[in-house]
Amino acid sequence: MQQSDGFEAMAPEAGTAGRPFINFDRVVKRYGDNVVLRELDFAVTAGERVTLIGPSGSGKTTILRLLMTLERVDGGVIWVDGEPLSHVYKDGRLMSAGEKHMRRIRRKIGMVFQQFNLFPNMSVRRNVTEAPVHALGLSRDEADQRAEELLDMVGLGEKIDQHPTQLSGGQQQRVAIARALAMRPEILLLDEVTSALDPELVSGVLDVLREIAENTDITMLCVTHEMQFAKDVSHRVLMFDHGQVVEEGTPERIFNDPREDRTRSFLKAVVEA
Amino acid sequence: MTWDWQFTFDLLPPLLVGVGYTVQATVLGYLLALAAGLAVALIRRLPGIGRGVFWVMEFIRSTPLLVQLFLAFYVLPDVGIVLSPMVTGVITLGIHYAAYTAEVYRSGIEGVPRGQWEASRALSLPRYRVWGAIVLPQAVRKVIPALGNYLIAMFKDTPLLFAITVPEMLSVAQRLGSQQFRYFEAMTMVGLFFVLVSVPSALLFRYLERRYAAV
Repeated sequence: MQQSDGFEAMAPEAGTAGRPFINFDRVVKRYGDNVVLRELDFAVTAGERVTLIGPSGSGKTTILRLLMTLERVDGGVIWVDGEPLSHVYKDGRLMSAGEKHMRRIRRKIGMVFQQFNLFPNMSVRRNVTEAPVHALGLSRDEADQRAEELLDMVGLGEKIDQHPTQLSGGQQQRVAIARALAMRPEILLLDEVTSALDPELVSGVLDVLREIAENTDITMLCVTHEMQFAKDVSHRVLMFDHGQVVEEGTPERIFNDPREDRTRSFLKAVVEA
Repeated sequence: MTWDWQFTFDLLPPLLVGVGYTVQATVLGYLLALAAGLAVALIRRLPGIGRGVFWVMEFIRSTPLLVQLFLAFYVLPDVGIVLSPMVTGVITLGIHYAAYTAEVYRSGIEGVPRGQWEASRALSLPRYRVWGAIVLPQAVRKVIPALGNYLIAMFKDTPLLFAITVPEMLSVAQRLGSQQFRYFEAMTMVGLFFVLVSVPSALLFRYLERRYAAV
C-alpha cells in the first residue's frame, strides 16, 4: 500500500463505470464432443471485479482463454467495450474476424497464468519491457521506467536484472503480474494464479492483487480457489457448473447464503480441502 | 611394416594444405546447414509449400551423400550450372545436412512450452518478436548438443569430397601414399587429424550445452 507511483503507471483508460464492458452472448465452446460452454450469457461492467468459481471442468478457465483469444468460440459472440472480440461486421452480418482485428482488441486485455509463463531466456526487466517496446512502441527509456515502477510495486525492484529461474514461484508470479500491467490493460484476467505456488508463497501474490484491486479501477476476471481472496476483492461471484452460471451474487451472499445445492456442495468441498 | 618418421615429416606440408580444404568445407558447409536447416524448419510450418519441402528433405535424407555429390558435380554442368568442385561440395554438404538440422530445429521448436506462445499472444507481441526473441532462442539452446553432433558427423563426411576432385586431406594422403605404395603413415595421419579435431569439438559443444541449456 506504500507506493502509489506504480498505480499511476497503469491506471486504465477505462472510465465510465457501470457500462457493460464484457458481454458473453450465447457463447458456445466445444472440445470435440465435450461441450464446455453451452450458450453462456453474462456481462461484466467496467471496473467490476468478478470471481468465477466452480468445479474443475466447469468452463471457468475457458472463459478467460476465450477472452484472451487463446481459443475461438464455436458459437455466439463475445463483446468487449462495444466491439465483437472475434467477429467483425461485414455486410451487416457478423463474420469470423482475422488476426488483425483480434490483435487490436486483445490489447485492452492482460492475463496472468497459473504457470507464470515468464520468458526464461530474458531478464526480469526484458520480460516486463518486451511487450511495451515491441507491441506498444514505447521507447526503451519509457518502458524501463514503467518496468521499474511496476516491479517496485510488486516488491521486486531489486530483482530487475535477475533471470526468472533465479526467482521463487511467488516472485515469478509477481513479475508476471507486473508484465501484464505494463501493457496498461483495461481488463486483467487471472487464471488460478496461486494454484501452482507453495502455500507459503500464496499470500505475497494475493497481497499484490489486493493492492491493485484497491488502487485501480481495472476490470478483473478472476478464476481462483482462494475464497477469502475472492471475498476481499470481488464485487460479484459467479458460480459455474457444466458451462453455465448456476448462481451469482455478492461474495457475502454467495459464501454465507448459497441458494443452489451445487453451490453449497462446491463450497463445502473447497472449505474441507 | 615399420613407421617411417622421415616420410611422415615429408607428408606434413602437403597434408596441411589438404587440411585447409577439409576445414574450409566443413565450416562453410556447416554454416549453410545451420541457416538452410532453420529456413526449412520454418517453411515446413507453412500450409501448402511446407508439405512439398517435407518430401524434398525426406528424399535428401534417404539418398546417400555420395550420390548427391556425383549428381551435383556431373549433372549440374549439363543444365548450365558450372561451379568449382569446392563450391559444389560445400553446397551439397550444406543442403544434405540441412535436411537433418531442420529436424533438430523442428523438435526444438515443438519443445517450447505452449505457455510461452500463449504469454506472447496475451502480450500482443508481433510475430517477428515471438519467433526472434522467444521461441527460437529457447528452441536453439535446447538443441545445441544435437546440432553439435551433426557438425562432427559432417566433418567426418568431408573425405567424400575426394570423389568430386576437391583436394582435401584424404585425397592428398591417397596421392602421396600411392607414389611410394606407403599408405600406413599417410592414412594414420589422416585418422589422427580427425581425432584431433573431433574430440575438442565435442568438448566445445558439451561446454556450450552446459552454458546455454540451463534456460
